[in-house]
Amino acid sequence: MTPQHVSAAAPFAPAAPQAPPRRDRKRSPGRGVGTSSSRPDGIPKVKGQFAFSSDLWADGMLWGRTLRSPHPAARIRRVDTEAARRIPGVHAVLTADDVPGEPNYGLEHPDQPVFASNVIRYHGEAVAAVAADHPEIAWRAVQAIEVDYEPTPAVVDPEVAIDAPPLHPDGNVFRHLTIRHGDLEAAGEVTVEGSYAVGMQDQAFLGPESGMAIPGDDGGVDLYISTQWLHVDRDQVAACLGLPPGQVRLTLSGIGGAFGAREDVSLQVHVCLLALRTGRAVKMLYSREESFFGHVHRHPARMWYRHAATKAGELVKVEARLLLDGGAYASSSTAVIANAACFSCGPYRVPNAHIDAWVVRTNNPPCGAMRGFGAVQACFGHESQMDKLAAALQMDPVQLRLRNALRSGDELITGQRITGTAPVRECIEAAVAHPLPPDAGSEGRGPYDPLLLPGGAGRTADHADVRRGVGFAVGFKNLMYSEGFDDFSTAAVRLEEGGDGEPVATVHCAAAEVGQGFVTLAQQIVRSVLGVDRVVLRAADTRVGSAGSTSASRQTWMSGGAVQAAALAVRDALLEQVAEARGVEVQGARRKLLTLRDGEVVHVEGRFRLTLTEALDGRPVEEVREYRHAPTMPLDADGQGDAHVSYAFAAHRAVVDVDPDLGLVRVLQITTGQDVGKALNPLQVTGQIEGGIAQGLGLAVMEEIVVDGGRIRNPSFTDYLIPTALDMPDVQATLIEQPEPGAPFGAKGVGEPPTISSTPAVVSAIRAATGIDLRRVPVRPDDIALGVTGSAFSAK
Amino acid sequence: MTADHNPGYAEAGRSQVDAAAEAEPAGFRLADESESYALRVNGRQESVKAAWLGESLLYVLRERLGLPGSKNACDQGECGSCSVFLDGTLVVSCCVLAADAVDAEVVTVEGLEPGEGLSDVQRHFLDAGAVQCGFCTPGLIVAVHDLLDRVPDANELTVREAISGNLCRCTGYGRILQAVADVQQERAGTGP
Repeated sequence: MTPQHVSAAAPFAPAAPQAPPRRDRKRSPGRGVGTSSSRPDGIPKVKGQFAFSSDLWADGMLWGRTLRSPHPAARIRRVDTEAARRIPGVHAVLTADDVPGEPNYGLEHPDQPVFASNVIRYHGEAVAAVAADHPEIAWRAVQAIEVDYEPTPAVVDPEVAIDAPPLHPDGNVFRHLTIRHGDLEAAGEVTVEGSYAVGMQDQAFLGPESGMAIPGDDGGVDLYISTQWLHVDRDQVAACLGLPPGQVRLTLSGIGGAFGAREDVSLQVHVCLLALRTGRAVKMLYSREESFFGHVHRHPARMWYRHAATKAGELVKVEARLLLDGGAYASSSTAVIANAACFSCGPYRVPNAHIDAWVVRTNNPPCGAMRGFGAVQACFGHESQMDKLAAALQMDPVQLRLRNALRSGDELITGQRITGTAPVRECIEAAVAHPLPPDAGSEGRGPYDPLLLPGGAGRTADHADVRRGVGFAVGFKNLMYSEGFDDFSTAAVRLEEGGDGEPVATVHCAAAEVGQGFVTLAQQIVRSVLGVDRVVLRAADTRVGSAGSTSASRQTWMSGGAVQAAALAVRDALLEQVAEARGVEVQGARRKLLTLRDGEVVHVEGRFRLTLTEALDGRPVEEVREYRHAPTMPLDADGQGDAHVSYAFAAHRAVVDVDPDLGLVRVLQITTGQDVGKALNPLQVTGQIEGGIAQGLGLAVMEEIVVDGGRIRNPSFTDYLIPTALDMPDVQATLIEQPEPGAPFGAKGVGEPPTISSTPAVVSAIRAATGIDLRRVPVRPDDIALGVTGSAFSAK
Repeated sequence: MTADHNPGYAEAGRSQVDAAAEAEPAGFRLADESESYALRVNGRQESVKAAWLGESLLYVLRERLGLPGSKNACDQGECGSCSVFLDGTLVVSCCVLAADAVDAEVVTVEGLEPGEGLSDVQRHFLDAGAVQCGFCTPGLIVAVHDLLDRVPDANELTVREAISGNLCRCTGYGRILQAVADVQQERAGTGP
């Protein structure tokens, strides 16, 4: 049985491919690498025909639902599922006793129970799951499960948690990392110090967690799922089900955004357990509210910084203490804190640094990956400090940054030298080169349209009171996995004659398309390498090797590299095939005698010239390749080591209007210069930049999961606000293209940098408008309306 | 270190997660709360058999009538992903009871351009790069058709206001606004 809305190739099949005229079979140059080729899944998406995981449907399927804890900390004395089981239409009620394999799962460290058995560690932790004929029956069934909780004191302050009795057998400190670099006694002539905090942000992808499990005839299970990494899900699910990985087959279903929130297992184990227990297809679909409880969030942070510089504005030393709240379970916390520490000083030459970074367990919601991954929190700290330092030095904040900007060949605070490109200066100069926006009210539907003032449709600000500010920030982050992780991707490429006699290439790669457009790049790469116009993508699944995670801005480089390598191998195999068939001399010179050019196999001495179809001669060519980036090393006890592969940089300038009385902010414009290496699809790069900036703006002035005593107070789009079309300003982006050595096509990942420094740029602009010492994001209206003016940030 | 406080939303509504913890009597049969009725969707008469009366129009479209194009991102009227026309008026179908839509004319994203082709809005969304994950896309396509049919010459601010009920998490709206402008230019005959 397969779900009806799933068809292997349908989502990514090209729309009605038009065969090029037979006399001119050269590939169309408009659809290869470097062009803004359109998405292969675009037509089904605009027509409402793309199969998202929430659209899965199968005959006789059941609906799963989770029961979650209403307490952030409790003991479970008893769970009684009898009443729930008696409801007509209920087919299974499962608890911790029903998990046949490993009771715990986890991305890097299996410490999270599939179902809580006797201890509750966060508000919303899963306790039981049901399968029923209808979602309403499933909902009433979870309400009918009786759980006798004994609430216990919740540890919700991460500073307290460090020394508190362990909340879990594995202890409360997920990781403590120290970086000691250079002369720790070094002193500057000017010192600034500050404390900063970052609230808990949600990824708020639009497509809620969903998936369908179908029991297999072999005792295994097929899982159709939206995830960022099929293979790491498979291994965790198989362990919990007590099945060999080969009996757990995952197929990627259409994904409605991810941004880090689909790195961890959510409903995967639950839905498989329900399917195996009932022997029927089971679909699970989180409501928006359950989604807020069902995935990890961005770590809240508390940060203390002290920067020392010369009077001329050269950074001498940075000291920092960073504390991230990991919540109840480990997730990817150990990697997030490494990023926060490694990038804590920003993209500047810092000869001496002393950084202490902790990430700890509390009874707050679990935190893990979100776009920017540790660098976001640190960037708010270091960029607030750079503004403060500029004010203390009476120096232009942009000039201060230019003076200290990293360059290729410079050393990071981890002792690693940047061997690739580092166009920090170019990013900064590009961001400030864009013209500033006109005065408030001079655009729109007439003078002083209230929609253009802070408060917008609420018509709350009086134009005369509005103050404008301009702010600036720079950030950077590693690309791909670090600290010695064996990071690879796998791709298979097959070239054959299609039914119409024209050549067709098929790509099989498990890389998760979450919206970013990897499917477009995969087609472009194959077109460029093989000169074949028609490129079909097979559904991503676990029948091919791992592609690694769609995270860390890594798929363009990693899976792009794997697709390129497999396509090149196909080219070589095809040339070999032609050489043998045509008796071209072997002696090591064969490749020089035959080339693949513009979709034709050409003998360089002019002996023959073949179309791909002729060259294939009815024999398909298929090659599989694994791609690895250059190896990295763990950090040593002083946080020193070549832990990273490559870095991407961006600078942002923000312009805001502020109503100081009501504390309302309107962001008018954000300009950016971003280091992209090489834009493989400029339109998609632009989309990543604009979308990433929207999330950075959200963290600056709108978005926070309000956690009160361990309890989430705003799990809905009514109370958790993300930017709308009215909140988003005009965005002007300049792509800085300096091809990265060692990267396929010279391209760097582009997804995360827009989210890193856009937040501090907006806050910097609000400080400039108001003179208020804002130390926390998101900036709330009361922070402005009740804030104290005349801060250290003011240059006056 | 600063010890920051959270203000909390003291009066925030109780969540379902919390409500689920309170035991409910189990004596109910869904059939007792169900009815059969007919809906008119995309010009076709559709019969809905023995459906629970609490089902939203969105649920019935998606789960009973095989029309999953309308999306379920929030199920509480905040995101616009489930936008459809109800007797020509733009509504969020998650907040309409299906049984209340009897006698009304429903048009979904699937009904905008039923054949192989694309509407001008759909085509310009593709060409302008307005589609990433695509989850918000069907709702936006419906909302933009509604806007441009009512206000063909809407300026950018009016467009922003009109689609501000459609949340998109991927694009930052830049390419969506471009797509809308491109449709306007084409319809006005002033395009390139």
